[in-house]
Amino acid sequence: MPSIGFRLNGVETEVDADPDRSLLDILRGPLHMTGPHFGCGANECGACNVIVGNHAVAACDTPLWSVADKDITTIEGLGSAERPHPLQRAFIAEQALQCGYCVSGILMSAAALLRRNPSPTGEDVKGALDRNLCRCGSHNRMVRAVLRAAAEMAAPQ
Amino acid sequence: MVSPGKVEIGQGIVTALAQIAADELDIDTGRVQMVRASTTRSPNEGVTSGSLSIQQSGRALRYACAEIRQIFLSAASDRLGVGIDALDISDGIISGPGNVRTSYWELAGEVSLDRDATPGATPKSSTQRTVAGNSVQRLDIPDKVFARPRFIHDQALSGMLHGRVLRPELSAAKLVDLSEGGTRAIAGLVAIVRDGNFVGVVSETEDGAEAAMKALRKAATWSAGETLPDENRLAEWLKAQPAEPAAIDKKTAPQAGEKKRTIRRQYTRPYLAHASIGPSCAMAKWTGDRVHVWTHSQGVYFLRADLALVLKLPVENITVEHMEGAGCYGHNAADDVALDAVLLAKAAAGRPVRVQWSRQDELSHAPFGAAMAIEIEANLDAQGEIVDWRHSIWSNGHTARPGRAAQPALLAATELANPHPRYIATNPPQANGGGADRNSIPLYDFPSWQIECHRLLTMPIRTSALRTLGAQGNVFAIESFIDELASERGEDPIAFRLRHLRDSRAQDVIRSVAKRANWKPDKRAGIGYGVGFARYKNTGAYCAVIAEVEGAEDISVKRLTLAVDVGEAINPDGVINQIEGGAIQATSWVLKERVRFDSQHITSNTWTAYPILRFSEVPDVEVELIRWPDSEPLGAGEAAHGPVTAAIANAVFDALGVRVRDLPITRDSLIAAMESAL
Ligand code: FES
Ligand code: FES
Repeated sequence: MPSIGFRLNGVETEVDADPDRSLLDILRGPLHMTGPHFGCGANECGACNVIVGNHAVAACDTPLWSVADKDITTIEGLGSAERPHPLQRAFIAEQALQCGYCVSGILMSAAALLRRNPSPTGEDVKGALDRNLCRCGSHNRMVRAVLRAAAEMAAPQ
Repeated sequence: MVSPGKVEIGQGIVTALAQIAADELDIDTGRVQMVRASTTRSPNEGVTSGSLSIQQSGRALRYACAEIRQIFLSAASDRLGVGIDALDISDGIISGPGNVRTSYWELAGEVSLDRDATPGATPKSSTQRTVAGNSVQRLDIPDKVFARPRFIHDQALSGMLHGRVLRPELSAAKLVDLSEGGTRAIAGLVAIVRDGNFVGVVSETEDGAEAAMKALRKAATWSAGETLPDENRLAEWLKAQPAEPAAIDKKTAPQAGEKKRTIRRQYTRPYLAHASIGPSCAMAKWTGDRVHVWTHSQGVYFLRADLALVLKLPVENITVEHMEGAGCYGHNAADDVALDAVLLAKAAAGRPVRVQWSRQDELSHAPFGAAMAIEIEANLDAQGEIVDWRHSIWSNGHTARPGRAAQPALLAATELANPHPRYIATNPPQANGGGADRNSIPLYDFPSWQIECHRLLTMPIRTSALRTLGAQGNVFAIESFIDELASERGEDPIAFRLRHLRDSRAQDVIRSVAKRANWKPDKRAGIGYGVGFARYKNTGAYCAVIAEVEGAEDISVKRLTLAVDVGEAINPDGVINQIEGGAIQATSWVLKERVRFDSQHITSNTWTAYPILRFSEVPDVEVELIRWPDSEPLGAGEAAHGPVTAAIANAVFDALGVRVRDLPITRDSLIAAMESAL
């Protein structure tokens, strides 16, 4: 089987696997990254979102071959408790979730938005998150949290 | 260390319980270690549902901790030679006059807590509490934001295998033929398991299990399924089924008012899916004739009881341990998938097996919230005042949770070669809040009424507990009808409600919400305002809502303003979070949701076919919490659904002059309502 290489959270990574397998499958399986969640496997919920290049994509609907040589960021690469991303800080500050199953995908959609548009409006945020489903109804807190993170990132250090 | 019998389902219960313990013990919340529920170590607190966790578990914990505090104080008093009354506790350090001090941890060796709690402990009064009543950050949130594995879906046990169960697309079809040939050749296959109509695969890897399932699906031939009702004629169907009638309540007027006319209306709500974002998942591992199960079930003891029935094993042989799942909103497939894992793990030679349902299975084989037809009839006197009120419900039962009956309620139990019959959903008694009849008894002071409920004895579409049980349907019906009667009299709907309520806390939430939403804003074209109110279960939280909607063909909900009284709020921000979430979920139910089916299949088995509310469609939600620190804490998770539903429907009438009595409120139901009004 051909080996496919990409940068995963900044680390050069090679996998030997069927190139048609989904990126989600590879991340959660052989790479043991459980941040991206399985929700539907059909690009309909966003629970599995990761960033490829500058865009959030559904890892469940991204074949492995298509990410050859690309830069991939998962929630694991966004930040950590020691070095949180402003979005992670903001989600904690706003207590912006209930069960949190959808949250890793939502954080990735939001992070991709902030890369492209550092000062979004509420409408921009809703637009960027519109393909992410949340069943607990935490939407408004999440939008507030994204705006808070954007403001924090824009503030002079 | 606190070991509650209640489980975290995204509602923040673990944090609220930690706050209560911290308060009574005078320690920092961060010192409280919360242990996951398991049948080996937790108290049996039944099921985490019905917004009762704070009421039940919270109270028990408060008394237990008050007693523990007392036990330590008396041990400290012995050691320090100082009277109990002179001692103070601050973050676990017990000190007294003259700088004498000890601590919980110093005394821990001398004090045994291995005893039963005794009555007589006195918890702190509300003014002495420093933690409960304040918004604190939930303990589970950092893990979720930093994606530290916390969900059952993300756990890997050593040596774990992966299982999948093949379920027919046709409802309750029988497996006629299965040729295993192609499946056997799939890499990583460990076993094909078949027991009657139950069939599944076990594989070394998850993608191996998926591939084997695909092959197996092709190799399986199923019989025709059971006939499902006509999804467009649910009320007729519900009313035509064999049913068990129950008289729920009757109130007789000392003196019957004079009836001038009678108005009758029918309201319906469709089947609703729990539609968790994470499909159900479980793990199981056999050691000899003992099995260990990891589950996101809401009731570990109840699940164990049902597993014992299916496996014909004593409960002692079964350990059921809780791990967090995605939000479940009631009885979803969490328990079903646990039995699937147990059955597949039998073929795994002692290795653990993880089973994960697909999105399709989750949206078609998990139990649904029951469809309801509700008829309300009111006799009015010459002034249009209500002199008699009759409320009748036709619906399947609203709970078929495991562990309650002599027969199991788990899906695979009906599929085995020696099948158990399908468990027909029942209703909890009114004393426990009722089921289909939940919130059917009016809180208004009508002079007389009669409430009855018809529980279906057939169940072609599987139903069980969904958030609020029947309350969403009943509150929708009552509050819509009230709105209609007020509007016929030309009376303001808020004034009408206040005039008929005796409970001052009920009046308070309605007045507060009216004030906050500037009731009633001036009429603008295409915009409507509506109100809804209920006290959940008639004994729980009070909630009043004003909805602002906009639209003509497609309705969008712009804003929801809510006033809520949950008695003592342990974690006020947590309560507001739950209310906001409930309000948004209810908006989704009202505007978008309906389980779809043809004569043999559930067809709404993808997110496209079962859409839920998206970010761009979510209303602004504003919640005012009315504080009662000295009264019983009341759960918040289900208070908003009924009132929000009614407020939206009433706002649609205000905007368009159309009464939609059949949920959901979509372009189709608006057109149907306009046509039937002609
Ligand atoms: S799991 Fe990928 S979009 Fe749902
Ligand atoms: S927080 Fe539960 S699904 Fe979004």
